[in-house]
Amino acid sequence: MYNDTRFLLLFVALVAFAPRAGLAQSGRDYVYIVGSSTVYPFATVVAERFGRASSFRTPKVESTGSGGGFRLFCDGIGVDYPDISNSSRAIKASELSACAQNGVTEVIEVKIGYDGIVFANALSAPDVALTRRDIYLALARDVPGDVPGELIANPYQRWSEVRPGLPDQRIEVLGPPPTSGTRDEFVELAMADGCRQFDWVRELAAAEPDRHRRICQTLRDDGAFVQTGENDNLIVQKLEANPRAFGIFGFSFLDQNFDKVKAATIDGVLPTFDAIADGRYPISRPLYFYIKKAHVGMIPGLERFLVELTHERTLGEEGYLVDRGLIPLPAAERESGEAAVSALEVLPLAGK
Amino acid sequence: MNRVVESRLRRRHRRERTFRGLCVASVLVAALFLLVILGSLFRQGASAFTQTRISLPVPAMLPAGDLPDSGAMDYDAAVLDALAALLAIDPDRAERRELRQLVSIDAAFVLRDYVESSPGRVVSDASVRVPASAKVDMAIKGEFDRTAASDRRPLSDLQIDWIDRLVELGAIERTFNTALFTNGDSREPELAGIRAALMGSVLMLLITLAVAFPIGVAAAVYLEEFAPRRAWIRLLELSINNLAAVPSIVFGLLGLVVLIDWLGMPRSAPLVGGLVLALLTLPVIVISSRSAIRAVPTSIREASLGLGASRMQVVSHHVLPQAMPAIVTGTIIGLSRAFGETAPLLMIGMVAFIVDVPSGVTDPATALPVQIYLWADSPERAFAERTSAAILVLLGFLLSMNLLAAAIRRKVEK
Repeated sequence: MYNDTRFLLLFVALVAFAPRAGLAQSGRDYVYIVGSSTVYPFATVVAERFGRASSFRTPKVESTGSGGGFRLFCDGIGVDYPDISNSSRAIKASELSACAQNGVTEVIEVKIGYDGIVFANALSAPDVALTRRDIYLALARDVPGDVPGELIANPYQRWSEVRPGLPDQRIEVLGPPPTSGTRDEFVELAMADGCRQFDWVRELAAAEPDRHRRICQTLRDDGAFVQTGENDNLIVQKLEANPRAFGIFGFSFLDQNFDKVKAATIDGVLPTFDAIADGRYPISRPLYFYIKKAHVGMIPGLERFLVELTHERTLGEEGYLVDRGLIPLPAAERESGEAAVSALEVLPLAGK
Repeated sequence: MNRVVESRLRRRHRRERTFRGLCVASVLVAALFLLVILGSLFRQGASAFTQTRISLPVPAMLPAGDLPDSGAMDYDAAVLDALAALLAIDPDRAERRELRQLVSIDAAFVLRDYVESSPGRVVSDASVRVPASAKVDMAIKGEFDRTAASDRRPLSDLQIDWIDRLVELGAIERTFNTALFTNGDSREPELAGIRAALMGSVLMLLITLAVAFPIGVAAAVYLEEFAPRRAWIRLLELSINNLAAVPSIVFGLLGLVVLIDWLGMPRSAPLVGGLVLALLTLPVIVISSRSAIRAVPTSIREASLGLGASRMQVVSHHVLPQAMPAIVTGTIIGLSRAFGETAPLLMIGMVAFIVDVPSGVTDPATALPVQIYLWADSPERAFAERTSAAILVLLGFLLSMNLLAAAIRRKVEK
């Protein structure tokens, strides 16, 4: 058995000292994009059109989530690292400094448009007009009590208890899991704003930001809010089957399913193309692309891809992304973005 | 006395009948579940195997006489002109926009290929078949209610009118959806196909097989035939059994850290995917091979040793051939599991939009289950039926793998 042991040691030694980086990509002739699953449907359409219309290969688009995308993006410069990271929120100062530590000091930002988050129910259910205050009271884990400073476990079981005039039916809301960017934005834009309507909670924001965050941004877990998987099609299907339930999902899914679901108005505004584009609809967020300046000129086709991305036929008011449910930027903003990208203007390092 | 025996016998028979009844009921329940799943997949997916096409008259699209240089043609405009000519309308700018939504963006490329492959003049009554857009495809397949209010359906009144007229003219036909099998991924449902994903899966499985089968069988032979009964060997055996139950995402993390970060292999490559899946299948192969080897009677080993065979000869001439059918079965079960995995592939960058069919193991690729996952998550409605169709293809692939296993087993047994 002596022989076996020696053989085993030899094998371990071989694995341990295997030549590192022996298989690294020597070159890459396609653009490599990572990032948010919300931007994925738009990024892939641009990538495909670019691949068809140009002589370059179709870019590879990985769906990693916004945060995961920035982690890969900021890892370094070179063919092994992504050229572009897209995101359903602006890059954080901490992410930008992480980038800089790995040599990614020059990052170009492009805002491509907006995405609205809708609160919808089945077509057969009654029309509903909600305020952000209603949404907060219906979905928060703890809500402010009668006395300022008092928090009580959410007592509301029916919509009509939240505010008289809302339908007399059980609160039942289907939404995405915590890993989703849609949920982050919904909690920040809809819940947090409804929560600010209570004076004492609003004052907490400066004094005790953590507590304020916890009060305003914690969803209830007693069954009134139902987490579904990160699949908006599934939510649409479930709403169709259950007219008493509401669902939270991105505008592009509403746009594709107008014959199955309809959106509730939020603070009196219906989520339509125009209302989201001019900012009247309150729950909407900008979508971004971030590009590594150092890769422009290094990766074949990246420069042309940026031209395609910011072109009017892509992002303009009659652009092909608008057909896919992207809410376009105002014309002036798109043009200034296009100019900034062609001049390769980079973000200031201090972040925003 | 006799009566006691009889009543016991009756009770025993009754129990036997109940037991058999329960067993039959279990089989029926399992079969029912299978039928429901397959039935709903077929119901949703069957329509994805056909695709609506519009045949357009070539002369209406191209100038008479000699064709201009292909590069100078505006094929998009030519397609719209042909549609307008077919419908006998003179569309304004807004109507052209609506008209454009009837055909796939691929139409212009189909026309270009036609022009480039038939140099010079075109035949006067020639026509080309271009894919209709996904919206038209859905309308022809009856996927949405045409009588709904106009803001509650994807096509306008005008577009529905045009489609009806095209149907009357016989310009619309449903043909076999070849794109589903010959194209890579696309965000246009009518052009999306599974070829790139299937190719990625096949490349990965080949690597998995090449790595996991020899290592797994060799490890099993060593552990069963040669290993000393020592503490560390026991520990090793225990760990292998344990590994078989480790969640697959853990192997993905291992692949990310060791293969990609440390050894510098490329992301999204079938090479890395295959190696990760090999790690995942190894314990399954080792365990099933060990039990197959253990099932070979000791008498065979003793007889061959008695006739003067070496340990090596005993294993390679007698034990392995006897155990091979069961080893093959175990390997196929392991590979089938690997074929359906998505979780570990997420970590190594294979959940991605990749259009080109991979031609080597280091090209970026995705896998069939990942393709299904991505399609299921797409907003475009037409992807729903394609998702079901892709699942049917996946099931078909698994079925043929298992049939192959059965065939190999029978061959080896002879």
